[in-house]
Amino acid sequence: MNTALLLMTLLLVAVAALVVVTTHDPRRQAAPLSVFSLCLTVLFVVFQAPDVALSELAVGAAVVPLLVLLTVRKVGRR
Amino acid sequence: MRTRDGLALVGGTGVAALLVAAFLRMPAVGEHAHVYRDLVLPAALRANTPNLVSSVNFDLRAFDTLGEETIVAAAVVGVLALLQPPDRRATPPQRGYVLPAVRFSGYLLLPVAVVLGLDVVLHGHLTPGGGFQGGVVLATGWHLLYLSGSYSALQRLRPLAWLEHAEAVATGLYVATGLTGLVVTGGFLANFLPLGRFGSLLSAGTVPLLSVLVGLEVAAGVIVLLSRFLAHGLGHAR
Amino acid sequence: MTLVSGACYGVAGWLLLLGCAGIVRSRHLVHTVVSLSVAQSGTYVLLLAIGYQSGAGAPIVVKGQQLPVVDPTVQALTLTDIVVSATITALLLALTIQIARRHGTVDPDELRALRG
Repeated sequence: MNTALLLMTLLLVAVAALVVVTTHDPRRQAAPLSVFSLCLTVLFVVFQAPDVALSELAVGAAVVPLLVLLTVRKVGRR
Repeated sequence: MRTRDGLALVGGTGVAALLVAAFLRMPAVGEHAHVYRDLVLPAALRANTPNLVSSVNFDLRAFDTLGEETIVAAAVVGVLALLQPPDRRATPPQRGYVLPAVRFSGYLLLPVAVVLGLDVVLHGHLTPGGGFQGGVVLATGWHLLYLSGSYSALQRLRPLAWLEHAEAVATGLYVATGLTGLVVTGGFLANFLPLGRFGSLLSAGTVPLLSVLVGLEVAAGVIVLLSRFLAHGLGHAR
Repeated sequence: MTLVSGACYGVAGWLLLLGCAGIVRSRHLVHTVVSLSVAQSGTYVLLLAIGYQSGAGAPIVVKGQQLPVVDPTVQALTLTDIVVSATITALLLALTIQIARRHGTVDPDELRALRG
């Protein structure tokens, strides 16, 4: 049961990473990046690492997509 | 573009082959032999710290955490140096429309997020958490003020000068705690405070103190970082 | 090598190589920075997979702990690594903004060597 959960979560992370990298327009990359961070958080919980999951959730779901969106907004005016 | 892709493919295949060769020689995932875990567990229990990860971060390997929080401070300084405040000729920001539901839930969740961040920082030695996680939760929770529709409210409730000083002071106090440990017991960043009762808030010696200092530093650093990006991205002057 | 080992190490290597491929094929500097972030996630997965023990619990213990716990050292390394890499990502994005302002473009192919 736990093995199946682990394998499923690993597959989810791999697919989410593929979506992030193949989204070439950075304006549309913030949402897949946030989902990828969420999948990573679930993977870290399955690995029995709640501290790491908290860290990844706070950083990857809020801070980095916000920075990406603001950068794209500033740079996109050029 | 073609040659670059071809070269990257060749290089990537080589790296992949090396990785496969390395992974085949590594021990299987899920085994029972973990040397560091067997060393950390009794050491953390001797220091009355239930959260082993916080014990490793702020007690057993506190010197590494000093290096890492210095990296955070240096990156914030780098961003502040690279992104000077935008010039006055920036386009005035247009007022967007925020749904009343988003505004209401932002106002509702802001105190919850701040209390949660404080809880994660203060109970870092007892439950999953610590300075780094709690600091980021505090910083992003504070920005719910902006997400619920009002950048001017965020500007009023975000004293940037105080936050920059708080970040520097927290980093300095971390080093001061380490030097006090050096003076008292002869080891830099040694756990010299009384260990208290296992599981209570004031226990585990210097671990909650260092956790609070790192939480303050990371929260202040992330808020200052986001403020500069928000000013540039939204076209405000500050 | 068991299935779980192969899957964990395989996903770690996949994330690393995918991030590097994203950097190579990138046409926008912000996309490059995000691909770098994906590559860094591969190292987190590798570290946590090394410390994992099947049937063990999270590293929060009580005085007379009977249940085995996973390795906390790699978790401590990973969690500070995550916060530090977020601030480094912020630094790289600030560099991107400066490049856009100075050279007028964020396409890596158009950014030739140092001019004049």
